[in-house]
Amino acid sequence: MSSGLPPIQGAPKPQVKALNCPKCGAAIMLRALGQAISVVCASCHSILDAKDPNLAILQTFDKITSSDPPLIPLGTRGKIRGTDYEVIGFERRNIQVEGIRYFWHEYVLFNPYKGFRYLTEYQGHWNDIAICKELPIIDTRFSTPPEANYLGEMYKHFQSADANTDYVLGEFPWEVRVGEHASVTDYIHPPRVLSSERMSNEVTWSIGEYIYGKDLWSAFALPGSPPEAQGVYENEPSPFSTNIQAVWMAFAVFALGLLILMIGFEASAKKESVFHQSYLLSRGEPKGESSFVTNTFNLDGRTSSVEVTTSAGVQNDWIYVNYALINQDTGQAWDFGREVSFYSGYDSDGSWSEGKQTDSVVVPSVQPGNYYLRIEPEVDRSHAPVVYSVDVRRDVPVSAFYGIGFLALLIPAILVTWRSVSFERSRWSESDHPPSPIFNTGDN
Amino acid sequence: MTQRAGTCPDCGAKIIFKWSSSVQTVCEYCKSVLVRTDVDLTKVGQVADLPPDISPIQLNTEGSFRNKPFVVIGRILYEYEKGGWNEWHFVTNDGTSGWLSDAQEEFAVSFPVNGPKLPAESQLQVGQTFSWNGETYTLSVITRAHFRGVEGELPFQYWDKSEVNFADLRSSSRKFATLDYSDENPALYLGELVEFEDLKLKNLRQFEGWS
Repeated sequence: MSSGLPPIQGAPKPQVKALNCPKCGAAIMLRALGQAISVVCASCHSILDAKDPNLAILQTFDKITSSDPPLIPLGTRGKIRGTDYEVIGFERRNIQVEGIRYFWHEYVLFNPYKGFRYLTEYQGHWNDIAICKELPIIDTRFSTPPEANYLGEMYKHFQSADANTDYVLGEFPWEVRVGEHASVTDYIHPPRVLSSERMSNEVTWSIGEYIYGKDLWSAFALPGSPPEAQGVYENEPSPFSTNIQAVWMAFAVFALGLLILMIGFEASAKKESVFHQSYLLSRGEPKGESSFVTNTFNLDGRTSSVEVTTSAGVQNDWIYVNYALINQDTGQAWDFGREVSFYSGYDSDGSWSEGKQTDSVVVPSVQPGNYYLRIEPEVDRSHAPVVYSVDVRRDVPVSAFYGIGFLALLIPAILVTWRSVSFERSRWSESDHPPSPIFNTGDN
Repeated sequence: MTQRAGTCPDCGAKIIFKWSSSVQTVCEYCKSVLVRTDVDLTKVGQVADLPPDISPIQLNTEGSFRNKPFVVIGRILYEYEKGGWNEWHFVTNDGTSGWLSDAQEEFAVSFPVNGPKLPAESQLQVGQTFSWNGETYTLSVITRAHFRGVEGELPFQYWDKSEVNFADLRSSSRKFATLDYSDENPALYLGELVEFEDLKLKNLRQFEGWS
């Protein structure tokens, strides 16, 4: 360094300056010396001019919220986005909507190199906020409510309200006053919120991002746990919205896979008829034990399904058939009973019918081999003569499985969609644009 | 470039100019405001001690903007009803003079622009838009500032101001503009808001307990 350079300021000045309140004499620490504009005396609640070496009193206010202290105490340091910040200011603000006051808290954070940053908290919902460097563009031409374009992303108007400050503590980079009003407008693109604050003739834009209380608690090494978040906040990221597309994509992929599988099996299924026989049950038959066995038939090829179809020309009658499909070589048997019934008639509503004259059942995974059926028909004691036939087909596709698979995929997709929609509805129900009810309860 | 040197007419301290085009400097020992004439230095005024602040920038802070290294050689400090800000005067390694403003650590780099016809002070209104060099700027705030002091080398004489008006204009990108009504003829500065990290600053002030 050449000798002509001005001397670098010798010893580093302590950054925190200790002063005394001109009103009550209590000690006041200035943490953001030279950058703070207002500082509040914590003991007498005077708002002081931090730029003035004598700390001129700007305003005093009644302490109203000793029961509402900052959750992150002034002077606490924590790391946000890789930078250390110190909490130097705290204010409570409120808006009034339909006669009800809603309170939220704002924390001023400071780093002597990076400047100011803010945290807001409303019912356990936190936002990490910075002043915008770029000006958003408000588009009122194409959309009502208006949208804001910020860095190429569209933010939807959420709420406009008049905010009132009712409690302040610590240091602020602006001239803070209790009772000051600002008209605040929020636009959202979860997890971000774009806010404009208009005070007299100045508009300040800020950009916030939703941050979970537990992450702040670990960033600031705070004891205990953060207050639990109540309800859905305006820019709270939906736990479902990111999934929703993925779920439907997965559904589409699996459904397509299922369809291909189904077509493949349908095409490759032989549907080979291996047995057909008709039987007549005359009036008064069967008598007592009536089971009989069929001739053997061969089921060849791979292990696959067997379809047994029972057809009966019943009219206002039923037949019940007990079957056993028996492997002649191993003795392995599948027992099942099927009913065929058909009723029809005519009443005041016209003709009606119930039931079908055929019934099919599929026995899955039957090994190849020689098989026969044992058949035992049962009928009403006073039945008319009935002809029934039994058909056996080898290797038929089982379409019911695909239906079940399809439903198994569809249900979670619908569930996720439903939950996402209801999450968005609770979000917007707090806005200036509440959604209309899904089910119209009024008749007008 | 040979450094031009001189002697403070008030206290005799050696004065070295880091930038050959500097018009004014402040003697770092006796705080005399010195203006360069053809032959020597003339004392034109005296600055009071500047109020303590914690801008992380200081004289001799080095950095880089658009890959051009620069060094801070001077400063103007302003105050207004809602605080104060610094305009740090820097020169780049190719001799261009520019400004790094630090308003509550919102940093912006700007350069003077000659040419465009500028609106008169009385015509200004918040919300007006202007187009310069292909960019649209919206007037966001008019600030009535109070000149508080100077330090180091400046490209013009600037030490006896009192109230000055500035108009800040923003755009939908990071570009911004300032209209400076310090003189009879308004001056336009165009620049952009920058992130502290992007300036790659060295030789910053040290703050106890912070790194």
